[in-house]
Amino acid sequence: MSTIPGFVVERWTRLSAGTSVMVAVVLTVLAFGPLLFDANIVDRFTTLFIYVILAVMWNALAGYAGLVSVGQQAFFGLGAYFAIQLSYHGISVYPALVLGALIAGIISLPVSLLMLRLRSGEFAIGMWVVAELAHLLVNLDDLVQGETGISLIALNAYSADNRRAYNYWMALGAMVILLALVFALLRGRLGASVQAIRDDEDAAQSVGVRVLASKRIIFFLAAFGCALAGALWLATSITFQPKTYFGIQWTAYMIFMVLVGGLGTFEGPILGAVIFFLIEYFFGETGVWYLIGLGAAAVAFALFLPRGLWGTVEDSLGIRLLPVGYRLRMLGSDADARPPPD
Amino acid sequence: MIWVTQLLNGTLLGGYYALLACGLSFMFGVMRIINLAHGDLAILSACLVFLIADATGISPFVAVIAVLPVMAVIGWALQRWMLERSLRAGVLVPLLTTFGLAIFIENGLFEYFGADTRSLAPYIGDFAFDSFWIGGDVYVGSLAALIFAVAVLLLGGLRLFLDYTPLGRAIRATAEDADTAELVGINARAVYAIAAAIAVASAGLAGVFLAMRETFSPYSGPMQLIFAFEAVVIGGIGSLSGTLIGGIVLGVAQTFGAQIDPKGFLIAGHVVFLVVLAGRLTLNAIRARGGVQRLFARRP
Repeated sequence: MSTIPGFVVERWTRLSAGTSVMVAVVLTVLAFGPLLFDANIVDRFTTLFIYVILAVMWNALAGYAGLVSVGQQAFFGLGAYFAIQLSYHGISVYPALVLGALIAGIISLPVSLLMLRLRSGEFAIGMWVVAELAHLLVNLDDLVQGETGISLIALNAYSADNRRAYNYWMALGAMVILLALVFALLRGRLGASVQAIRDDEDAAQSVGVRVLASKRIIFFLAAFGCALAGALWLATSITFQPKTYFGIQWTAYMIFMVLVGGLGTFEGPILGAVIFFLIEYFFGETGVWYLIGLGAAAVAFALFLPRGLWGTVEDSLGIRLLPVGYRLRMLGSDADARPPPD
Repeated sequence: MIWVTQLLNGTLLGGYYALLACGLSFMFGVMRIINLAHGDLAILSACLVFLIADATGISPFVAVIAVLPVMAVIGWALQRWMLERSLRAGVLVPLLTTFGLAIFIENGLFEYFGADTRSLAPYIGDFAFDSFWIGGDVYVGSLAALIFAVAVLLLGGLRLFLDYTPLGRAIRATAEDADTAELVGINARAVYAIAAAIAVASAGLAGVFLAMRETFSPYSGPMQLIFAFEAVVIGGIGSLSGTLIGGIVLGVAQTFGAQIDPKGFLIAGHVVFLVVLAGRLTLNAIRARGGVQRLFARRP
């Protein structure tokens, strides 16, 4: 990297080093979750981990690669569907969850050939059509019995307590691995590439960014992540009804979490998932009113706080807890000189 | 003979799709916005007409005359208070806000109307199932024929309006380049608001026809958006005459699909959409690089 006289490029600050230690401590405590918390709390945490996965995946797509998809439920549903299929074909149930997600991820590659050539709005609804088609095709499978659905009966081999603990650990592990993967990818060359594409695709192309290849990596990762979230959701709810898994509400949740937390920030979607989780906990019973509120909040945040809660905090305090970007510091000035705007 | 009948039915169904897609296509053409709440606005309009017809017994054909101006005002307000601000924030923000609006509208309608499916068919009497003979043993539904005629009139009228009236010229100029249009004295903000009003009112009209033709529920909107989008893309985005052809292709694909297997209605429509899309992108790629041999290489 070329140096600019008088400046140093920082990728890691004392604050973010401290945050990393905190994260490690929290994750260590969470790793012992099933031994520490009672059953209800363990289940709730599992749900939260799945929400975090969804939010982070959607943010990687929209916030970093500029691909607003309203059809990620395609992969959420396919992940669960293939997990069931594999389990019925005799594959042990927990490996089947991961393999099922992987198959859904692989399906995203041929899909990407067509979809990634579309721009913004066309891509958005194009993905929705893909989700609808995936839903209809899954319904044709005799195993699923249309909208009646099917259960992941192989899970009955485990006692309720064991199942709860395994689900928790799987969800936690999946979340940590996917977060680490996104973090590593965004800090690396790909992060700079996709953000350049997001900001101006033609300009990025002209300076030598491999546009389609970069988008495809993120697209695949997001498909796999959403599929894994779907498979994990299946493990917690056991029944598979196509309508629930391929429903557009998943996209509504993802958009809400990412917009509220902070589109295009690394930490924002995690915060958004926690907020969504709490809102669901307190207001989920109100049914449609809660969905009306989610829709209104998404509009309000997109219009008036486009960087979300976390993005706004970041911008006004100039902090990066888990930095995926670069920061220029003038030599001899304070360590907390404000970063240049992104 | 059944295929001739189905071809005719599919074509007429395509008229409905064209009517539905008209506003979506128009809004995209002028403002470069794909309004994800398009289908839900259509259902909102159907619900309003249903309310009037149910409460007063007024014919839906009369009630729609009262509701369309309301839809136009909604479109105008939408542009002024939501889309205008979204557009300034970048290309992705209108998608996010209109999606939020879609969730808001459909769940709002659910809260008010409940989950029941409804239809305007009982309020238009025999017309809902009347048909007329056109030769052989082929009959055509009167309502379907009316919808088709309205679609052709609306798309044609809009074309003439854009080509030959001062306001139409202002809209075209703004669509081409809003900043330059302002330089020559066009009020781009007003033009956008009028375009949104036209788009939403036409969606409203389509929604009312949907409600006469079949049943609808508060959650019918997203599927209508998808149909509209498919018609627009099949016909070529931004082209009004293409939209009619796109609607017909979609309608015929669906009725043929349903003829083969009852589950085939939606699948055939989606597949035809994806095939047309793939075909067009491939053709573009061939043209862009001037040869088949480099077709599978990276886009330039």
